[in-house]
Amino acid sequence: MSLIDVLSVLAATIRLATPLILATLGGLFSERAGVIALGLEGMMLASAFAAACIATVTGSPWLGLAAGMLVSMIVSLIHGFASVTQRGDQVVSGMALNILVAGLCPTLGLAWFHLGGQTPALGPDQRFMPITLPGAESLAEVPVLGPVWTILIGGHNLIVYLAMLLLPLSAWLLYRTSFGLRLRAVGENPHAVDAAGLSVAGLRYGALALSGILVGLAGADLSIAEGAGFGRDMTAGRGYVALAALIFGKWRPAPAVAACLLFAFCDALQVRLQGVALPVVGIVPVQMVEALPYLLTVALLAGFVGTARAPSAIGVPFVKTR
Amino acid sequence: MQRDLPPLVDYGLIPLLNLLLAFLVGAIVLGLIGVSPLDALGTLFQGAFGSLDGAGYTLYYATTFIFTGLAVAIPYQAGLFNIGGEGQAMLGGLGVTLVCQSLGGVSLWLVLPLAILAAMVGGAAWAAVPAILQVKRGSHIVITTIMFNFLASAVMTYLLIDRLRAPGDPSPETAAFPASTALPYAHEWAAKLGIAMEESPLNLSFLVALVLAVLVWLFIRRSLWGYEIRATGYNPSAATYAAIPVGRVTVLAVCLGGACAGLVGINEVMGVLHRLVLGFTGGAGIVGIAVALMGRNHPFGIVLAAILFGALYQGGAELAFDYPQVTRDIIVVMDGLVILFCGALENMLRVPVTRAWQRWRLTSAIRRPA
Repeated sequence: MSLIDVLSVLAATIRLATPLILATLGGLFSERAGVIALGLEGMMLASAFAAACIATVTGSPWLGLAAGMLVSMIVSLIHGFASVTQRGDQVVSGMALNILVAGLCPTLGLAWFHLGGQTPALGPDQRFMPITLPGAESLAEVPVLGPVWTILIGGHNLIVYLAMLLLPLSAWLLYRTSFGLRLRAVGENPHAVDAAGLSVAGLRYGALALSGILVGLAGADLSIAEGAGFGRDMTAGRGYVALAALIFGKWRPAPAVAACLLFAFCDALQVRLQGVALPVVGIVPVQMVEALPYLLTVALLAGFVGTARAPSAIGVPFVKTR
Repeated sequence: MQRDLPPLVDYGLIPLLNLLLAFLVGAIVLGLIGVSPLDALGTLFQGAFGSLDGAGYTLYYATTFIFTGLAVAIPYQAGLFNIGGEGQAMLGGLGVTLVCQSLGGVSLWLVLPLAILAAMVGGAAWAAVPAILQVKRGSHIVITTIMFNFLASAVMTYLLIDRLRAPGDPSPETAAFPASTALPYAHEWAAKLGIAMEESPLNLSFLVALVLAVLVWLFIRRSLWGYEIRATGYNPSAATYAAIPVGRVTVLAVCLGGACAGLVGINEVMGVLHRLVLGFTGGAGIVGIAVALMGRNHPFGIVLAAILFGALYQGGAELAFDYPQVTRDIIVVMDGLVILFCGALENMLRVPVTRAWQRWRLTSAIRRPA
């Protein structure tokens, strides 16, 4: 493998990790506030659909992005209504929304665009295109630095860079602000938060709205930045993988994002491995290679989570004691 | 225990009202895509029950949904949410295939029990891994069963393309099974009894599903293991204190659920397709979640809910015939809405209904002083 090969696998890792990272950070706020984030898949898919629709109709990726974040937030708040206000089963609510969105997007897409549930392919000015960093051309001839600058660091779309910024920002919000402190407290001991005179429901809704915005970015990345249009089931289980990364990262931002990068690396590698003869085993069937990320999810959940401690009040509806 | 509501209201009226809400939202979605909800309801009802073959299709779909509904309901009694019905059904179909392919020419009454066994073993084996991982390693069973659905579909694609595909066949499916392994259709039996019934895929599996529902009810309500499963579901720490082996009971409940899901193979593969076809499950595992929640995880409730969803499926196919903008996805929308309203938002109507019931009882007690 040459340097270019290695760099392109790493660059693919960054691109594939972006929706996972954004969804994981979204899930982080929801779960640290005590609401199970099983609806990530549905939120992401809804956002991808809304972003593609609005970008197609208006021609503006910015409006598409806004629509994606808004719709994802609405789905998140419905989850909040079921789990916070109605004290319903949060796992059931999350799955219900995932299934609802999986059916709703192709249904509406078919009725609006008549393309079998897809949205029309987006042109370059309707989506977020890869950004060429300044100096890329003059550095192109420099041996190592050139390819690193153009392939690995440059050449990604806007949302990729946004995700990199949002990791430290989320960590700061969660650990260094009073909002973050309250948010973590409401996931550990809502009664204490209630006794301090703060609204448990208000904080949880706030966390879910924030979660919706972040996951909305993830969906928009899939349909109007990395991809050019919405296709049915285009999230392909990424919401669940993001949730697994969150659990594997023990509900802390940096380790969870590291887990996302690991998943994405595995995904980038599987594309490379297809049809390549490996030592010892020979050519691995393509279906087995494609199943690698899912297998890794199970293995990581099974192998290393033993000592993780979830937020104490996760999944437990808050009932004010009288 | 003093009930707030009589059972008829609790198990009849509230699910019905929740279902009504789900249909109301479904009607709004239909309106959004330019289909008149009332016309659609007419087409749906006419398609599902309007003719004997329509009813046959309804019950044929219901058969599959009884299996996948029970696959969710049994683990739910132990407090676990099994999303893996889809993958477990695929492996069940594989088990059926292996039995049917190797036992051509043998009497059907010998093949059927073996095929049922193979289907249950296939489904249970695929459910066992997530269950054991949940008990031993604490990995979230919802995520692992979803991953196992993806893995099952990868395994089936590999097997059907590279291993089991009939030579020279371009599509990913096995060769047809020996004719002696085909289950009798309902219209064949009806013809023997002198009743003219149009052809439909309804077959013997429907009876298997009904018997299974009764057996599951007996198991959950009347057996020691069923008691242990329910105790674990109500309160795992109390169950541990009562010397119930919670881990073993958990694995048992999930594996039994997987075994029920595996039986989908009997209806689809052995009953209708007579060969293993890629994607023969067609999202039945997801419908099973809605069916179980609507039937309040009670086997008899599940049979009723499965018939309702069978009607939706069959009527939905008619709807797709009449309206180009309607596809099977509208059924997925209804699945989601039913799970949302009958599952997650179950309490939404309970409070006002309980209040109204108590007020009604109070006023009627005042009017008729004892």
